[in-house]
Amino acid sequence: MESINAKYVSQKISKTRWRPVSHSSLQQADIFATGSWDNEDNRISLWSIGNHGSSGMDDGFEGDPQLLCEHKHDGDVLDLQFLDQDRVVTASSTGAVTIFRHHQNSQTLSLSQRWERAHCYPCDNAPCTSIVCSSPEIVSVGEDGKIIVFRSDHEGVVRVIENADSSTIHAVTYLRTTEILTVNSIGQLKLWDLRQQGSSPSQILSLSGDRVPLRCVDRHPNQQHIVATGGQDGMLCVWDVRQGNTPFSLMEAHSAEMWEVHFHPTNPDHLFTCSEDGSLLHWEISSQSGMPSFLQGGRNNSMISRSAMAPAGGNQSLISAWLSGDSSKGRLETTHMLPSQTLSVNSLDVLGQCLVCGTDGEAIFVNRQVPI
Amino acid sequence: MEELDVEPAVTNIPAACDGKHLGFAWGPGDILIYETIFKTSGAGGSDNPFIHEVRKDEDIYSPILRKLFNESHHIFVGLQTIKDDLPSKNKKPQFVSISKNYRSVIRACMEELQQEAVSTKAPDVATQYGNQVSILMAIELIWNLCEVLFIDAAPAGTLLLHLLDWVRLHKADVDEKAREVLQSESPTEHHDYWDVVVSYVLQGRLEEARHMLVKQATLQPAARKMYKLMDTLLSKMPFYNPGGTQTLTEFDVKWRHWHEEVDRCLQDNSFASNQHLEVICKILAGDEDTLLEHKGLLSTWYHFLVTRLLFGFPTVKPTELHYYAQSCLTLFLDSPRVPEPLDSILLAAFEFDLHQVIKDCSIALNNWWFVAHLTDLLDHCKLLQSHNLHFGSNLREFLLLEYASGLFTHHSLWQLAVDYFDHCPEFGRVYLELHIERVPLETERKALKVLRICEKRQMSEQVRSICKIMGMRSLRNNRLGSALSWSIRAKDAAFATLISERFLEDYCARGTFSDLDLLDNLGPAMLLSDRLTFLGKYREFHKLYGEKRFSEAAKLLLSLMTAKIAPRSFWMTLLTDALPLLEQEGVIFSADQTYELMFCLEELTSSLNTPAGGTDKPTQDEDIEVTKVELLRLALARNLARAIIREGTVKS
Repeated sequence: MESINAKYVSQKISKTRWRPVSHSSLQQADIFATGSWDNEDNRISLWSIGNHGSSGMDDGFEGDPQLLCEHKHDGDVLDLQFLDQDRVVTASSTGAVTIFRHHQNSQTLSLSQRWERAHCYPCDNAPCTSIVCSSPEIVSVGEDGKIIVFRSDHEGVVRVIENADSSTIHAVTYLRTTEILTVNSIGQLKLWDLRQQGSSPSQILSLSGDRVPLRCVDRHPNQQHIVATGGQDGMLCVWDVRQGNTPFSLMEAHSAEMWEVHFHPTNPDHLFTCSEDGSLLHWEISSQSGMPSFLQGGRNNSMISRSAMAPAGGNQSLISAWLSGDSSKGRLETTHMLPSQTLSVNSLDVLGQCLVCGTDGEAIFVNRQVPI
Repeated sequence: MEELDVEPAVTNIPAACDGKHLGFAWGPGDILIYETIFKTSGAGGSDNPFIHEVRKDEDIYSPILRKLFNESHHIFVGLQTIKDDLPSKNKKPQFVSISKNYRSVIRACMEELQQEAVSTKAPDVATQYGNQVSILMAIELIWNLCEVLFIDAAPAGTLLLHLLDWVRLHKADVDEKAREVLQSESPTEHHDYWDVVVSYVLQGRLEEARHMLVKQATLQPAARKMYKLMDTLLSKMPFYNPGGTQTLTEFDVKWRHWHEEVDRCLQDNSFASNQHLEVICKILAGDEDTLLEHKGLLSTWYHFLVTRLLFGFPTVKPTELHYYAQSCLTLFLDSPRVPEPLDSILLAAFEFDLHQVIKDCSIALNNWWFVAHLTDLLDHCKLLQSHNLHFGSNLREFLLLEYASGLFTHHSLWQLAVDYFDHCPEFGRVYLELHIERVPLETERKALKVLRICEKRQMSEQVRSICKIMGMRSLRNNRLGSALSWSIRAKDAAFATLISERFLEDYCARGTFSDLDLLDNLGPAMLLSDRLTFLGKYREFHKLYGEKRFSEAAKLLLSLMTAKIAPRSFWMTLLTDALPLLEQEGVIFSADQTYELMFCLEELTSSLNTPAGGTDKPTQDEDIEVTKVELLRLALARNLARAIIREGTVKS
């Protein structure tokens, strides 16, 4: 907790995202983007934590994140994703989907492309709640229950699935390159195969009982069938989309809305969640034998590299780890990552050893030494 | 009515001058002003289409001051969680450290404003920032004094040490000047050299003064003895050590000895040959006239006060302070100048008149931030109990409510205000209830945040109202599923009935249900309203029928009517739905079930016929109805015959 750095930024932060680092270099995360909400003028901003030239990992205090550049944003920023190294896509409460370009030479942001009122009602705005991209494709979902597919090199809209959901779709993620997954406010996960025409999902999974709305979703980086969702009641669910229509495990995580859930991109034994109750949790599957998990999978797998380039290897121990995620047996450890905090933590992102999160208390927290 | 403390300030409304008539409306923080048409002699004035918004508090919109509000919110919440049952001895250090936290937040803000003021290119912005810095500086000064006098409540001896720290902190330009002097080529020749030395002495920073003097001494070997004597005087001056074993009386004796020594030096004219050292010696002796000659270096009356206490009355008791303060103020401001607000606030503090401090601050500052937080802290220290207001509940709550209401008028800071209302036991909840309903809800995400605030506090009325707003919005945009979800969340039966009705209308018009993903998964929420139950069950019937589970479907359909779940107006539709089941090859409705169906049909037609009995010409619609009924009767009769035969057949 000592290495956490807080910065007050005079705007409530709705989203924080690290800029992806190229796989070829062993670069550390250094630049992140934030989006604000509920302001009269909302903005997206790029920040640098200035890892340039610093050699040691031991000095956690390298000063505040520095603002690189910012740009006005119409409406609340409801979602934010990096399309590639220098393009950022945002989802707005006005229903617009916008691409901003970051000019690294002059350190400026400019508007590059915009789909105005992509999500809308006949006579009203419909907020766009979430986006996911895999360059050049962008998929957006909204309160109007539509799924829209764009391409960054196309001016028009590639495809619209009208009435994809009768309630609000809160989040979307890719399952495979042609398959997406959405979660909605009646506790359902829907799988969509974008190759198929028609407006019905290929599979529906749902919570039993109280149909608690699902707020966020993330897919396991290596095991594509493992999915984690966070609910309005703060419940963390892990699902196996190949088997059954109900969640594999449910864990009480937070006391209010879970706003985001993220597997660690290169070390999926770790998971992070943040919530309206003002907490940020780090979940870790502790290996029972005390051996690093990559050694547990048997002889055949012992050569699998754990770098960012690691292929989606069939590491059996990992599969069972999340899917049997049994907190009662003490295999799952959780730690609070923020000092006591009363206002909502709206967003988090983790890359390498660096974690960034933004709150309604108008603060950004950066931790450069996440114990991974 | 109470008398006015000060004349209210006049705000000029542009474009509304020369005898025009204005109307106004109160808002929670702002006032709306509009021109009214007021005709005295029939001459119509040109009407001005503008509405002016008059804001009391501009600070809330400053991006840098927002950090102050956010950070202090955190400290405030932390303070409220300090347990009441701790013995007060243990609490004092906590309160002092919280007070220091507040001050460090003010200082951080001040520094940032200062940087911005320097770096900005627009001159008016720079002056605006400059003004804010000076206000914050005054706030910090007052806060620090209150911390020393009220929160820390230091006893005699220690009190002076704290006051010295207070003056040193707020008169930091000495260090800057000293740096300048030391960095020059020959410090002793610098024209500010003696100013720095004297300033150090005035602030009781004798070590630093000695360091400076050594430089001069080495250059003047002839006067070495004199410098040596001064150095001894300075090094021997006793300071009270609160942590040590020395009692206050012992310290007093020691100090008197030292003072006599200084006096002796003056009488011996030991420093007569060097006017600078002579001055320093006079200051050490506590000579008021010499002190007043250095007004420029003291710059404020409270610095004068502290220096005078240091060299004259180092064991001053808190209760004696006001006497010295008053006399210093008069001595220092020799011209009959009216003291500025800051002067009278500090004087009130020295007089231990807390309420006067808070009152004067409230009048002088345009923002409640300072008084609200200071009063809250003082209240936790149990210093404000004797005072009662003849309005509201008490002073602390009144100020917190005002501050939080101001926050609530802000488009973004309203979230902070919630915690402030929570800690106002008497009226906080009412204020919150009234404010929270008026937060504009642009997105579901924001609505959820507001809902979470209400649900956490069991404000069911507000939960219903917010869900209703969101539900109505969905309904207007024809998002029935979403609207139904909101009504279920609010447990609003009437609203659920309304939406179910819309679903059924849609079904009648189009022949299919929309939003199946929701309707098929209603679960226990179905029981919220009768109509919703019917909708869910009716959809279940369609599902069974679609799956060709005819007998179960038939049973369900019949029970919908016999258990009076279906509204009477919908019975004809249900009976029509029964037609294909009656016409199936196998017998689905048993004889008993058929009787019941017939009973339902008769009940329906008899009730329909009564009012429509007198009409002469049957319309086309009625024709269709009549045909439907005849068809049904025929089908029922045929099914009854088949059922009787089948039930009468003995299975062999």
